[in-house]
Amino acid sequence: MNRRPAFSTAMLWLGLVFLYLPMVILVIYSFNASRLVTVWGGWSIHWYIGLLDNTGLMSAVKRSLQIAFFTATAAVALGTLAAFAMTRIKRFRGRTLFSGLVTAPLVMPEVITGLSLLLLFVAMAQAVGWPAERGMVTIWIAHTTFATSYVAIVVSSRLGEIDQSVEEAALDLGCPPWKTFLQITVPMIAPSIAAGWLLAFSLSLDDLVLASFVSGPGATTLPMEVFSSVRLGVKPEINAIASVILLAVALCTLLAWLIVRSADRRARNPNASS
Amino acid sequence: MSKLTSRLLPTGRFWVISAPYLWLFLFFLLPFAIVLKISFSEAAIAIPPYQPLLEYAEQSLSIAINLGNYIFLSEDSLYYAAYLGSLKIALFSTLICLALGYPMAYAITRAPRDKQLIYLLLIMMPTWTAILIRVYAWMGILSTNGLLNSTLMWAGLIDSPLQILNTDTAVYIGVVYAYLPFMILPLYANLIKHDDTLLEAAMDLGAGKIKAFWKITVPLSRSGIIAGSMLVFIPVVGEFVVPELLGGPETLMIGRVLWQEFFNNRDWPVASALAIVMLALLLIPIILFHYNQSRAMERNA
Repeated sequence: MNRRPAFSTAMLWLGLVFLYLPMVILVIYSFNASRLVTVWGGWSIHWYIGLLDNTGLMSAVKRSLQIAFFTATAAVALGTLAAFAMTRIKRFRGRTLFSGLVTAPLVMPEVITGLSLLLLFVAMAQAVGWPAERGMVTIWIAHTTFATSYVAIVVSSRLGEIDQSVEEAALDLGCPPWKTFLQITVPMIAPSIAAGWLLAFSLSLDDLVLASFVSGPGATTLPMEVFSSVRLGVKPEINAIASVILLAVALCTLLAWLIVRSADRRARNPNASS
Repeated sequence: MSKLTSRLLPTGRFWVISAPYLWLFLFFLLPFAIVLKISFSEAAIAIPPYQPLLEYAEQSLSIAINLGNYIFLSEDSLYYAAYLGSLKIALFSTLICLALGYPMAYAITRAPRDKQLIYLLLIMMPTWTAILIRVYAWMGILSTNGLLNSTLMWAGLIDSPLQILNTDTAVYIGVVYAYLPFMILPLYANLIKHDDTLLEAAMDLGAGKIKAFWKITVPLSRSGIIAGSMLVFIPVVGEFVVPELLGGPETLMIGRVLWQEFFNNRDWPVASALAIVMLALLLIPIILFHYNQSRAMERNA
């Protein structure tokens, strides 16, 4: 069965063209000199320069990057702990509910999560007076909640692969558990923690629906800004900012991939030489 | 239980579990209870725009449970049509994604190891990218004077531009485009673990290539098919961005209706009731997804 099946290989190539062609067209048209988005008027970087003067957009970019940074950091901490609990602790009270809480945010429609979090924040503001006003902190909480699940999935698949005997050896030699976790387990799963951080960062940067629900006045994120102009139709400025976002996310993905791949190679090499 | 975790007992273990547990309980599970509560209250012109359920009046606690929102939903055929429309679009998009994604995932498993990693990167990249941007890319292509219509007219296939943008066809294109990678990734993860010797055995025993594929490969990939299908079906039922940007006025999807009730009509109780009914519809698929995932995770552990 080493022969490559012709039909499915053709489908793979067609599928990849389907996935990438619209994005390539978008990027090409972002360099269109013409204001009419459907007419090609020659190459220009006019729209990119215009972005820098758009102060509303630039402050939304800054806000989104800040939220994404704090989301990724919190989600990595919570997600790694959740992954550890799910793969290494076989029995504890409420384990079924716990694993349900970790996997459900992966598929839950965003309108439901967004609405429910907003209603929680409103109820909390009435009951305990916090959060007094919604904005970056409430968006951060919303993003951290769903990004935690993604990090937990990425990290738990790595935790399942690594050799537990190293941890056990350290413990047998008298290393305290917390030190074993920090000095043995964490370095072994570091590549997937890094990949999880980048994934959480991208997810937070991309989110429109959750942010729209839980945001307050004045706290507009980049996707919200883009969405309000996109609703009115295709515009050259939006082509430019969309291309910049595509590039940023592509770089994040590539970086995560390189980290995981080099870790894979290191893990495989000892076996290959023996 | 590994030695590490048993030695972490009791304090370390407590914190490892309770930090993420508390967070998810407070910010994921508890909010559903509040949605349920508000779905039973009445809309009001106030901040927040609903009437409290519990009230102290004349030194007695009165609970006003109001089924009005649910009755309202059942009486208006718009909501019924929106739920049905969402389920229909989600079902057919899932089938289309499966039909496209299965051969793609299969082809990746047959590629050499280093090429597999590159294919996976190419499939994964779109899942990290904003659905908003990727759907926006289609707006320019599908519009009446867009790239697709001008190409078709240039090729002489059509005489006048087709109306694709703002129709259900555009919604299908957008949904399949946005969710196809979520189908391929779990299918690949499953197919790559298959043992080729089973196929060889089947063929040695006289099964044809196609029969061996349907009798061995497809049944073995069941958990990958379930995971991929649920990762497409469940979020698509509540999808908002695709119908909003690519759909037309006749495209009824429940995520969009909920958004309008909430943001345009400011009717929080009706929006909550819509969310509760959607959740009830999705409960079985979500449980199916969860069991499938936790079985896969336990095999890893």
